[in-house]
Amino acid sequence: MEFLTVIQILDSTIRLATPLLLACLAGLYSERAGIFDIGLEGKMLMSAFFSAAVAALTGSVWLGLLAGIASSLALAGLHGLASITFRGNQLISGVAVNFLAAGMTVLVAQDWFQQGGRTPSLFGQGRFESAEFPLAIGPKDSEATGRPVSELMAETNILHQVYSELFSGHSILVYVAFLAVPVTWWVLFRTRFGLRLRAVGENPAAVDTAGVSVVGLRYAAVAICGVLCGIAGAYLATALQAGFVKDMTAGRGFIALAALIFAKWRPWHAMGACLLFGLLQAVALRFQNIDLGGVVIPVQVMDALPYVLTVVILAGFVGKAIPPRAGGEPYVKER
Amino acid sequence: MDKMPKWADVVLIPLISLILAAFLSALVILAIGEDPIAAVKLMVSGALGSTYGWGYTLYYATNFIFTGLAVAVAFHARLFNIGGEGQAMLGGLGVAMACLYIPWPHWTIALLAAAAASMLFGAAWAAIPAYLQAKRGSHIVITTIMFNFIAAAFLNYMLVNVMRPEGSMDPATERFPEAVHLPTLHDLLAPIGISFSKAAPANVSFVVAILACFVVWALIWRTRLGYEIRAYGHSETGALYAGISPVRITIVAMLISGALAGLMAINNVMGEAERLVLNATEGAGFIGIAVALMGRSHPFGVFLAAILFGFLYQGGAELALWTSIPRELIVVIQALVILFTGALDNMVRMPLERIFLSLGRKRRNVGETAPLPDASHSTTQD
Amino acid sequence: MTVPAIELKGISKSFGPVQANKNISISVAPGTIHGIIGENGAGKSTLMSILYGFYKADAGEIRINGQKTEIPDSQAAIAAGIGMVFQHFKLVENFTVLENIVLGAEEGGLLAPSLARARKELKELEEEYELFVDPDKRIDEIGVGMQQRVEILKALYRKAEILILDEPTGVLTPAEADQLFRILHRLREEGKTIILITHKLREIMEATDTVSVMRRGEMTATVKTAETNPEQLAELMVGRKVLLRVDKVPASPGKPVLEIENLRVTDEAGVERVKGIDLTVRAGEIVGIAGVAGNGQSELLEVLGGMRPGTGTIRLNGDPLPLSGRGSDGQARRAQHIAHVPEDRQREGLIMDFHAWENVAFGYHRDPAYRRGIFMDNAALRADTERKIEKFDVRPADGWLAAKNFSGGNQQKIVVAREIERNPDLLLVGQPTRGVDIGAIEFIHKQIVALRDQGKAILLVSVELEEIFSLSDRIAVMFDGHIMGERLPHETDEKELGLLMAGVSGEAA
Repeated sequence: MEFLTVIQILDSTIRLATPLLLACLAGLYSERAGIFDIGLEGKMLMSAFFSAAVAALTGSVWLGLLAGIASSLALAGLHGLASITFRGNQLISGVAVNFLAAGMTVLVAQDWFQQGGRTPSLFGQGRFESAEFPLAIGPKDSEATGRPVSELMAETNILHQVYSELFSGHSILVYVAFLAVPVTWWVLFRTRFGLRLRAVGENPAAVDTAGVSVVGLRYAAVAICGVLCGIAGAYLATALQAGFVKDMTAGRGFIALAALIFAKWRPWHAMGACLLFGLLQAVALRFQNIDLGGVVIPVQVMDALPYVLTVVILAGFVGKAIPPRAGGEPYVKER
Repeated sequence: MDKMPKWADVVLIPLISLILAAFLSALVILAIGEDPIAAVKLMVSGALGSTYGWGYTLYYATNFIFTGLAVAVAFHARLFNIGGEGQAMLGGLGVAMACLYIPWPHWTIALLAAAAASMLFGAAWAAIPAYLQAKRGSHIVITTIMFNFIAAAFLNYMLVNVMRPEGSMDPATERFPEAVHLPTLHDLLAPIGISFSKAAPANVSFVVAILACFVVWALIWRTRLGYEIRAYGHSETGALYAGISPVRITIVAMLISGALAGLMAINNVMGEAERLVLNATEGAGFIGIAVALMGRSHPFGVFLAAILFGFLYQGGAELALWTSIPRELIVVIQALVILFTGALDNMVRMPLERIFLSLGRKRRNVGETAPLPDASHSTTQD
Repeated sequence: MTVPAIELKGISKSFGPVQANKNISISVAPGTIHGIIGENGAGKSTLMSILYGFYKADAGEIRINGQKTEIPDSQAAIAAGIGMVFQHFKLVENFTVLENIVLGAEEGGLLAPSLARARKELKELEEEYELFVDPDKRIDEIGVGMQQRVEILKALYRKAEILILDEPTGVLTPAEADQLFRILHRLREEGKTIILITHKLREIMEATDTVSVMRRGEMTATVKTAETNPEQLAELMVGRKVLLRVDKVPASPGKPVLEIENLRVTDEAGVERVKGIDLTVRAGEIVGIAGVAGNGQSELLEVLGGMRPGTGTIRLNGDPLPLSGRGSDGQARRAQHIAHVPEDRQREGLIMDFHAWENVAFGYHRDPAYRRGIFMDNAALRADTERKIEKFDVRPADGWLAAKNFSGGNQQKIVVAREIERNPDLLLVGQPTRGVDIGAIEFIHKQIVALRDQGKAILLVSVELEEIFSLSDRIAVMFDGHIMGERLPHETDEKELGLLMAGVSGEAA
């Protein structure tokens, strides 16, 4: 395999890992606070639609992003209402959120655009453009020289290829996602909020008796989760692709959940897991079947691999994944 | 302590939840500029106004009875089996193999064999998450979700690379031979003088589904295994005390659950499509969750809820056909039902309990009822 | 006259139809230790939860240092200078001591300065009150005594002037308890006001200046500790003279029924809880295991009852019993005629949502007597339940009622009826009267003694020394997974047992 091909796959890995990473960090905040969230998928989907829809209607991708975040927050609020205020089953609530998003997006899309559950294609200001770093090869060079980017890329040296493909040329949300990793680590382990957040996921009674509101903390965590899922969904519809199509998240919320378990609820590991799962997706996209010296690996293996790996991790054969202790349990005051 | 009578818990709460879901759905329909009342009328006439409509309603209901029972059995052991979808996919594979590779002389034997195969495959697909939960403590909700995706990839592989007939582009198996085609309700009812639509897919599997309801009821409430499943579901430490093995119950309950989900394939794969296609399950595994929640995990409740969802699915299809309301409206209703009967249960329950409590207090004041036992010592204080 | 540190006036609180606190008034002078004593369920914890903002009182007012104060949540309680040490500690197990102390009392959004300040202040507090802990140890690395200190330090760090301790000695050895009381006296010298909630008369007599007695949600009396005696307090607690002794004839032990040799039990976390014990229980005798909760008694009972695996040798009537794997579960034990009244009836002995009649089969649900073909014979089971309900005077006498709808005493009667009526060779009994009203206690004690008189072997585990004394024919004391010694009840006293329970062996004492 050519080096440039490798770099292109890695580039695509970063693009595909971004929504996973955002959703994974979203889940991390929620689950670290003791609220299980299998509704990441639904929140992403909802945001994907509303960001694309508003971007299409207003022509502004930033308004689209805001709308996406707001819609995701609304679902997060519903999840919070069910699992915090009414102490319902968090898993069932997550299932409901996923279905609600799957149904509402198509319903509203049909009502607004009459295009069979999709939004019009986005272009220009309706999409996030890729940021081009100085000296990186990009579409501008291609326009200037009149030759395709791939040709220009092939002619230059390896470092320049890496710089141009991997570091430059992504939408701003990609940088936001990767920046969110150290920020999350810092918030979680270096701030008062982080200490309380981790405590409320381990032993809410300790937080409560220390005079801090369990409900407030958990809602805050769920809200952060909503915002991050919102960005993830907006990225899908307005950066990775140009518009919303029905069920466009295609299980990414669950892969993110898998990555979260894989990472054992730790930010840096979450990045590693998301990159790994992004790589699997990138490889599956690029090759149909992979021929490894006579043994053909069908593409479906690539599709299934994130889930299989997660099950292996969950099984505890390679390091046990222990979730936050109070996770999934509604907090009921007792002496 | 019981805060309200049992009938309120079993009937009133699901009913109120349903009304709430229906009300919100009506608002959604209004919001997209359609008339909810006309929509309901259309749904009723489309799903229940003809034997054709009934045939579809009952066909969908059959699927949902199986998946609903699957989720319900797991619920009794306090296990949340989200993997009904994957288990039903594998059940389809089992049915396809049984029907394609063995020449059956008659549909009756074929049905028995296909049912056995579908249950076996469904149970096998539930077995690994069950084992991991029982032995390694891996959260069954997550593993069964993962197994849904793995099942989809596996089925995709089998249909594209292995079972697809040569020359076909369609990722599906061949049609099953004529001998294994199941009789539809039309075929079953004609001899006794009832004319039922020929075109509708409802078939003999519906009878099997009703049978399954009775079997599950007897299993849960009349057998020692059912006693153990319920005991374990209520209290794991209690089960340990009584010598009920948590490992065994977890695995057995999940195997039964997986088998029931798998059994759905005799309806959609053998009875309707008569071949195995990629998206044969159409989300029925997930609808099982709504059905089990709404039916309060009781087979009779599951039956009623399944009929209701069958009606919604057929009615929704009619809506999509005649109005601008897409089929996804049903997904929204389904989400609302899960939300109200499952996650927001307390929102409905708490005000009701307060009402019953104040009613109860009034009655006690006039001395009509026996004094309540003093249950407070151990539960509410010290 | 000094202004009281705390004054409660007419506090009432109901949970549904149950009134937990009825018109309670109490006044605590500053710089004193005030005891609140009462039976389980008397409403002590409810009262304190109101004071700490966990529950809102239906009526009444709270005055702190003479000021009327509203306490809607724990934040308000902390602001009012109240600190609480709960019976079950409220610590985050995988946080360090320092992080636990800082949690909720941080200053500023960043952690580092808060931790640094807390470290410094902790040092001062430690020296002032002689409360030494290692701030960098994780909670799950330190013992319960230490954890309790962390809880006290948490309160002091928040500048608590009033400290409430709820049953603080339940998990402590007598020696640790003595140390706790020294700390409390020290705190009193520094001017802190302390409320000590307990159901142990000894602690009240030793540690408090004044004592209030609660019974069935009401405050029955407040007296100076120096002016009262245990008998008077006991009478105030239960409302009538207590029969502390159970009438029974001397035991006539027969052949050994249960023989335990070198039994070891390791729990799920890999900690060895029972460390090689030997014990024999003979036919027609009650052997009582005394000890502070958490010293391996529960695990001993659970191994014998088939609830967890162990190693070593156990013989029943001379035949060895498997201790792990096949044939070692609760079903097998029952088949071997071992009956088991578990320590926690709500989590183990009963399924709270099952009908009484379903619970009567619990553990014996595979008994052929309850079977008809492949089904359970529910009619036979219900008939059997009716008999047991009548014989054991379970009230209300309704087999269709769910277990959760019976009072603690009647729940326990259902369990005891189920187990004793099996006519077992060996009866395992854990905390038979925890949370049970006096009337039912007498009844249950009589049943246990009656079974002994039929020549059955009984192994009793209880953390109530009084119960151990009044029931046992022989007493074994457990400490840290070992049996420290065996005594005959008439040849020993509470003091000697207390030393053994603290790990001081007979020879050294």
